[in-house]
Amino acid sequence: MSLAAVPASNALPDMSRVTRVDEVGVNERVARFQTRSIKTSSKVDALKMILSMIDLTTLEGQDTPGKVRQLCQKAMHLHDSMPGLPHVAAVCVYPTMVGVAKKALGNRGINVASVATAFPSGMSSRQIKLEETRMAVGEGADEIDMVISRGAFLQGEYGFVCDEIAAIKDACGDAHLKVILETGELGTLDRVRRASVLAMHAGADFIKTSTGKIQPAATLPVTYVMLQAIRDFHHETGRMIGMKPAGGISNSKLAVHYLVMLRETLGTAWMTPDWYRFGASSLANDVLMQLQKQATGRYQSADYFSKD
Amino acid sequence: MDTQVNKLAFDSGWAYAPAPESTDHVTIDDEYGLFIGGKFVAPAEGGYFDTVNPATEETLSRVATATGEDIDLAVAAARKAYKGAWSKMRPAERGKYIFRIARILQERAREFAAIESLDGGKPIRESRDIDIPLAAAHFFYYAGWADKLEYAFPGRTPAPLGVAGQIIPWNFPLLMLAWKIAPALACGNTVVLKPAETTPLTALKFAEVVRDAGLPPGVVNIVTGAGDTGAAIVNHEDVDKIAFTGSTGVGRMIMKAVAGTGKHYTLELGGKAANIIFEDAALDEAVEGIVNGIFFNQGHVCCAGSRLLVQESVADDVIRKLRDRMETLIVGDPMDKNTDVGAINSKEQLGRIESYLKLGVEEGAQMYQSSCSVPTKGYWCRPTLFTGVSQSNRIVQEEIFGPVLAVQTFRTMEEGLSKANNTPYGLSGGIWTDKGAKIFKMTQGVRAGVIWANTFNKFDPTSPFGGYKESGVGREGGLHGLGAYLKLEA
Repeated sequence: MSLAAVPASNALPDMSRVTRVDEVGVNERVARFQTRSIKTSSKVDALKMILSMIDLTTLEGQDTPGKVRQLCQKAMHLHDSMPGLPHVAAVCVYPTMVGVAKKALGNRGINVASVATAFPSGMSSRQIKLEETRMAVGEGADEIDMVISRGAFLQGEYGFVCDEIAAIKDACGDAHLKVILETGELGTLDRVRRASVLAMHAGADFIKTSTGKIQPAATLPVTYVMLQAIRDFHHETGRMIGMKPAGGISNSKLAVHYLVMLRETLGTAWMTPDWYRFGASSLANDVLMQLQKQATGRYQSADYFSKD
Repeated sequence: MDTQVNKLAFDSGWAYAPAPESTDHVTIDDEYGLFIGGKFVAPAEGGYFDTVNPATEETLSRVATATGEDIDLAVAAARKAYKGAWSKMRPAERGKYIFRIARILQERAREFAAIESLDGGKPIRESRDIDIPLAAAHFFYYAGWADKLEYAFPGRTPAPLGVAGQIIPWNFPLLMLAWKIAPALACGNTVVLKPAETTPLTALKFAEVVRDAGLPPGVVNIVTGAGDTGAAIVNHEDVDKIAFTGSTGVGRMIMKAVAGTGKHYTLELGGKAANIIFEDAALDEAVEGIVNGIFFNQGHVCCAGSRLLVQESVADDVIRKLRDRMETLIVGDPMDKNTDVGAINSKEQLGRIESYLKLGVEEGAQMYQSSCSVPTKGYWCRPTLFTGVSQSNRIVQEEIFGPVLAVQTFRTMEEGLSKANNTPYGLSGGIWTDKGAKIFKMTQGVRAGVIWANTFNKFDPTSPFGGYKESGVGREGGLHGLGAYLKLEA
């Protein structure tokens, strides 16, 4: 996958110009997306698109090389009895597992994404975070999923957060940087919007909702606000920034509504794995079951789909 | 402005497959008579006219034209029912009938929604999620008041007026019927109602509901026809109250006709509402509100936010966002569940809207229309906005009643307020700002019957609705709406 990397910048954007967000209005708009009726061919197309956008994820303290290899197998062979399926976009692991994943995936066009920067809390020094990022990149990570320092952000230390993102961006080299805002800890949609602007200005290639370790993780309203921020940033700078909702998207219907929202907010140029990802572990099987149902008219038992 | 940089693409790639609402559950007769005295009867001499699906131009049914003789019969039936069962019935019993109507409407909601969209051209999403549920809600709300009128007006002795003649428009056929019939019945009146000639079907279907609910014959009479039929109701000697929703022109005629007759009247007329966006507003949500304010129901809404006043520092941003949002509106088959903007209600109305589009361009305004394609058959108008307009333009002054938005800018709060009020109308308004104090100041200054803050087009049966100036006389909805169907003696 080739993405044009965004340059890092520690110049702080004018946060007072960031437009406000009205939560009631956002919820109304989101409810409208959910009334869209996606049927027949557009449903099948959407389901396949969702598969191709998945970052298949395992981020557990109990992960082992064997577990990661198993996940990589799944990434390459989603459900071989159904021909014509895409593979997922990436496998997302902890830094120590990057080498294992890289080796298992070989040259299949599936990226390895590594979380870094003292994931999920981000509670470590700048030096450690940079070192961890370099290590993951050195092991061959194509993408780095960093977390912002929420404490600093909530204290209003935007300059600190901006510098940190820019520094990590530099440490990424050619690897792409996804900046996790951990929206479940930000409290308001206004802060989500501001954090999105900050991350994009500092050099994020993607902005991402959540670590998956905090509830709530990705929600439609939060993702909508981030898409709006991406749209305005694109208007101002001409640069496209990717979006990754992560955590909590476990069924096809919800994922299809995320695509509806993407289509009606950023348009069709973003509807590729280059610009949109789902961070999910159990979504793939539900999508496969739905595809099977579209093809045969019947639901199959979950036991017909490999759990990895 | 046409050379917008970094444009977004909405018209390529993944699209939504058709998702048509089924009409298997809908039956529409080939011909409908007049519903008088509890049964359908043939018109005396008026004959029948076609009612057409504006999305396909196909005839749905033939409907009777009521003339003077029919109106005599209808009013006599209403009078008889008023003197007989209805006004003497215990109020709690009366309430039961109205509750029954509300429940039947809910049970038959899918059918009513489909017919509303077939006959009127509005998207099925709107008739399903807004028109029909709200119509039922009005009956539920007023049913509850039927036996509590003394408590609604403490210290007074409320008494019904008698026979109400009600004339409703084509933009929200069943909902306007509910606004009219529910309070009238709750207060103990009987009614003769005329739906608009382009959208009579849900009112005629409602006659079935009235019959199924077991209302005494003559309590609700539905007569169809055009302006002459309406005039016959207005001028009928034995009608005690006229309730009208429609154009300001017809409202004037009605006011003249009832002057000196002692008839009570409420008139809900036109509008040219301003949505006022301040620079500190949540702009994306404001844009969403503007879109709902003007493109909801193809702009066939008397309280539509057809003027946009935007503070100059954010004007470019707002217009860009508005245009992007307009591109994502799906215009087409009203029966498709994904349609956002349906068909223009009639050929005549389309002609009126198109003449205003022409006028706007002639007046020197810049016209922008979304790039969507529209079906070849039927009556369609793309979502449209005009920029570069001023107060002296007719597209700013006159009600277009279509999906057409005129955008102006302002610098100070005073200028915004003055522009908003510089109109003969005063039905509604919208204020968009993050500052509570600004909301209070503006809502006190805007001379309109209903003002929404950081939202638009929100309706509830408990809330009164009506206009200042040429937007009307009297209020409907809530307690105010109840009072409009009562004599309130001390």
